[in-house]
Amino acid sequence: MSDFWVHLLVYLVILFGFVIVSVLLFIWLERRFIGRFQLRPGPNRAGPFGLLQPIADAIKVLIKEDIIPTESDKGVFWLAPLVAFVPVMLMFAAIPFADGAMLVDLNIGILYILAVSSVTVIGIFMAGWSSNSKYSLLGAMRTIAQEVSYEIPLVLSILGVVMLTGSLSMNEIVKAQSVPFVLLQPLGFFVYLSAAMAEINRTPFDLLEAESEIIAGFHTEYSGMKFGLFYLMEYAEVLAISAIATTLFLGGWQGPLLHPVIWFITKVLIIFMFIIWVRATIPRLRIDQVMAFGWKFLLPLSLANLVITAFEILAAPDMNTAVLIGINIAVMFGLILLFSRFYKLGGGRVSVK
Amino acid sequence: MAIKTESFILNIGPQHPSTHGVFRLRLILDGEVITDLEPVFGYLHRGIEKLAEGRTYLQDIPFTDRLDYLGSMTNNHAYVMAVEKLAGITVPERAEYIRVILDELQRIASHLAGLGFFLNDLGALQTPLLYMFREREKIVELFDMCSGQRLNYNYYRFGGFVQDLPEEFLPALKKLLDTLPGFIDEYEQLISTNEIVLIRTKGVGVLKRELAINSSAAGPVLRASGVNWDIRRNDPYSIYDRFEFDIPTAQNGDTYDRYMVRIREMRQSVRILRQAVKDLPEGEIMGKAPKLLKPPAGEVYSRIEGPKGELGFYLVSDGTDKPYRWRVRPPCLLNLSALKDMVVGWKVADLMAIFGSIDIVMGEVDR
Repeated sequence: MSDFWVHLLVYLVILFGFVIVSVLLFIWLERRFIGRFQLRPGPNRAGPFGLLQPIADAIKVLIKEDIIPTESDKGVFWLAPLVAFVPVMLMFAAIPFADGAMLVDLNIGILYILAVSSVTVIGIFMAGWSSNSKYSLLGAMRTIAQEVSYEIPLVLSILGVVMLTGSLSMNEIVKAQSVPFVLLQPLGFFVYLSAAMAEINRTPFDLLEAESEIIAGFHTEYSGMKFGLFYLMEYAEVLAISAIATTLFLGGWQGPLLHPVIWFITKVLIIFMFIIWVRATIPRLRIDQVMAFGWKFLLPLSLANLVITAFEILAAPDMNTAVLIGINIAVMFGLILLFSRFYKLGGGRVSVK
Repeated sequence: MAIKTESFILNIGPQHPSTHGVFRLRLILDGEVITDLEPVFGYLHRGIEKLAEGRTYLQDIPFTDRLDYLGSMTNNHAYVMAVEKLAGITVPERAEYIRVILDELQRIASHLAGLGFFLNDLGALQTPLLYMFREREKIVELFDMCSGQRLNYNYYRFGGFVQDLPEEFLPALKKLLDTLPGFIDEYEQLISTNEIVLIRTKGVGVLKRELAINSSAAGPVLRASGVNWDIRRNDPYSIYDRFEFDIPTAQNGDTYDRYMVRIREMRQSVRILRQAVKDLPEGEIMGKAPKLLKPPAGEVYSRIEGPKGELGFYLVSDGTDKPYRWRVRPPCLLNLSALKDMVVGWKVADLMAIFGSIDIVMGEVDR
């Protein structure tokens, strides 16, 4: 067997193991932390600190009856969880856990990740459409509107990093960060995180499943393993965007003293904690408000970020880093305040005959 | 080329996380926009009013617990007061004070549950709900002390109460009263100025003053529309005329105002409770009432200001030990009657916010 195949096999196993273990850990962490936020213990019976809880959950999901609605489009219904899940796994191929420790160091790494991640939307839409349920249909309509819209500010916010690095390779981007890009690109980070949370439908943008409105949105009709795949997909997506944010903005695996992989995982966890915190704190937006936020607030901000970054690169290539950081943070707060004044959400009511 | 769109029907309920019981809403949607709405009641109908006519007056008290099960104490009070009026039974001073205390505690407990579920409907992942249930739990514990029950209290009797307050009740109540305003402040910090709560609720689901009056809306829903109407003040019962308190009102009649009126009402309830605890006299807990009550023939309508609005009982007696006619005037049902006007033109997500802000319990709507 050539080196290539050994490399592929080892990394596939590592990636799969990493994703599954992390997802189980995330589920446990989220349940424990939200329990704390909500003044209740959270799961603590299964194993020490409830550590076996996600495993119990997984077993429960696996042995549940797999129901396919009679009137559904069965082929599409069956395929949808796979179409949604596989791209998320593929994203991890280009994420460096340490210097060069990745499945493949693509020279178009970030472009590849963005392209692959977009495919998930198709899976979600397939699920919503094929279920032949109106709640699922509403969820699917929201999916298309929301996920496609937020793709644009997401990509634009990442472009700032690419401009600073001059490379699309994830490994090169990490290496280029003598200072974490979150300091040089605070606005980009803000836009990235907001847009990414909308992409993976986490609160306050969790309209695709919006439990209090459309039951469970696109996966209302799913049960058993198929539902399990969607569940896995959602947490794997959280892992993915945390990993991407770590790589692009937080200096990836770089850090003193500790092993790079530990640094990487620590930073991923910090982003994940933030996402849990938001989820436990604030209510959900309405679909038109989510769209308005994406188009009227995040898009102009991400464009402004590009222009400012370009200006800084061209006009002041040798500026002191500390000064640059100060300017960038000031610009971020200034622009966010300015735009929040300018942009109007709209009333939301439509006159009906 | 113009794209043709088609409206479609969406059934919300009878089983749905946001219908607060079994309630069906038949929506006609154009995309996400609600173009028409038809509420379908009756999935929880138990025929309580008819059942009550086959039982004695005393046996009917538990039925009132099961109407608005988040406001059992006030339900008891409304019914017991109607019978007392019908039979001419007087209530001792101490019992009246305890009634005020329990009613106001129940108002706070009901508002806490209502607001918690409302925020849940807004998509706030239970955090505010569980915070509010923390305080509701303390009130439920107080009720448990005096009645031995945690949901359907069945504590009121004609002429007073089934038993006096236990010793530990007042100290626990005083402790709760010291902490409650702080907790209300905490909710306000978490919710009242939250940007997302504001854009989801301000100007949403407006119930205009005229419509609120014409549709017989009551309680916080009516007062949020700018009508200063509270039975405790406008048609005083029990000993409410002895207490100092304000009637919170708001002007816009939107979802946010309904939320805010409830928050402010809880503060006023704390105010009343403090006065009542301070003045609570010693003495008898039970007035003179016969074991088997046979009110003289006649009819009575008696009402109180329940947590959700005017709760009235209309009773007709034919002189026997059973009511000839037993009829409830439920605030929840009447508050729902203007739902269509509030909801049409808004989106599915707003329906949940508006519906949650009305604060209904289906047990009372269907009876």
